[in-house]
Amino acid sequence: MSVWLSHHWHAFVLSLKRLAAAPVGSVLSILVIGVAFSLPAGIHMLLGNIQTLSAHIASMPQLSLFLRVDAGDEESAQIGVRLREHPQVASFEFIPRDRALEQLKQESGLAGLMEGLERNPLPDAFVVNAASPLPAVLEALRTELQAWPGVEHAQLDSAWASRLDALLNLGRLAVLMLSILLGFALIAVTFNTIRLQILTRRDEIEVSKLIGATAGFIRRPFLYFGALQGVAGGLAAWFILLLGIRLLDTELRKLAQLYGVDFSLHHLSMEESLILLLVSACLGWIGAWLSVASHLWRIEPY
Amino acid sequence: MISFSQVCKRYPNGFTALQDIGFTVEAGEMALVTGHSGAGKSTLLRLIAAIERPTSGSVIVNGQNVGALKSGAIPYLRRNLGLVFQDQKILFDRSVFDNVMLPLQVGGFDSRAASGRVRAALDKVGLRDREKARPITLSGGEQQRLCIARAIVHRPSILIADEPTSNLDIGYAKDIMAMFRAFHQVGVTVLIATHDTELLSEMAVRILTLDHGRLAA
Repeated sequence: MSVWLSHHWHAFVLSLKRLAAAPVGSVLSILVIGVAFSLPAGIHMLLGNIQTLSAHIASMPQLSLFLRVDAGDEESAQIGVRLREHPQVASFEFIPRDRALEQLKQESGLAGLMEGLERNPLPDAFVVNAASPLPAVLEALRTELQAWPGVEHAQLDSAWASRLDALLNLGRLAVLMLSILLGFALIAVTFNTIRLQILTRRDEIEVSKLIGATAGFIRRPFLYFGALQGVAGGLAAWFILLLGIRLLDTELRKLAQLYGVDFSLHHLSMEESLILLLVSACLGWIGAWLSVASHLWRIEPY
Repeated sequence: MISFSQVCKRYPNGFTALQDIGFTVEAGEMALVTGHSGAGKSTLLRLIAAIERPTSGSVIVNGQNVGALKSGAIPYLRRNLGLVFQDQKILFDRSVFDNVMLPLQVGGFDSRAASGRVRAALDKVGLRDREKARPITLSGGEQQRLCIARAIVHRPSILIADEPTSNLDIGYAKDIMAMFRAFHQVGVTVLIATHDTELLSEMAVRILTLDHGRLAA
């Protein structure tokens, strides 16, 4: 047991020394891995942030009910009564056409254009908050309201949120594909680093074999090196993301405020960060293993 | 104990290096393998350390049939051997001390006990005060002594040396040979390949003479 431990400790220390022995090369390879990994990790992080936002909006089940332009006050009052009695309606707000026009004039800066209009082109409208956030229930409610007399159009405001959700799923698929491709890149980078190491340490490997080193003893420092380099690359990716967030967050917050949304970027969660490091370590290990398996046996004695 | 019986080694290119070799070196015995260059001395030693495998016949070392060993078992066979190579195989990127440390690292020794053993081995070959030196700064004789220290540091039961005196002048060569005799006297089995006939005359040990891959009577 202690021999086993000391062998592993020896391999770990040796691989650290080898990383430190060529600092420029090590830093460059680690940066390459870090940059490659920060791409999928960064997109994943952005998707996660957008999803929190869209989930927040989608959880407000809201419908807009536009009445026919020629509908009179009586019809709107009737609809108000029906809405109040409807079990699926939690609350609603009536927006008369005149107020809607006022709002449009104020908010859009189109006041001049509006002055030129002969009559108000906007209909009376209701903003309805539904009792249930379930998409199926909302859709049923929309169809029902649409059929009421005097209603020109019923619109599900959260529809875009579910469309965004579908888009996010597509994005997640893209992240997965990108991760797989860049994972191969990491394996390739490690494979080559280890190949060079094996070539430069040919004498050491040969002598070690001749004096009774097992294949595992010779392999181990290279595997540790690959895994360590992978972890360091993963860490680099993590810090690249952190830097990106720091640079973008203030501007994004300003932009979000313009849309009246409270939004700020969040880094990967603890769990996601650990997965990032674990995956990069595993890929580095695999690259090292492939390299060792394909190069070590060429060095005599077998 | 080393025992060869009907050993034949033929290389893939058709060259026969050894033919019908049979001899036994008992535990604690010292023997010299001699012969002209190309007679098969190195091949014979390489068969003992399983660096090469016999084409036919059996090579028994410490009761194990070396030719039939699985590759996973070979490292453990080699840990019982002390090898001094013809081309030395010193690692020039590390100190004298670290070169001698290598067999102990490979064997998984506790590092404190290992340091003591390394110093003891360096002491035996007279390099105690050079442990921090770079091997490149050592003289030819000192480099050879470094190789011997590396071969004995893990206290093997069998010591095998291939031309350990080939590039040394006669004074150094005698020193080295005296060292091997000292190891023999403390019970180590010693097998040395040499073509240095001047040394042979002085040594009262068994001599195996190879001639074109066959043992001469």
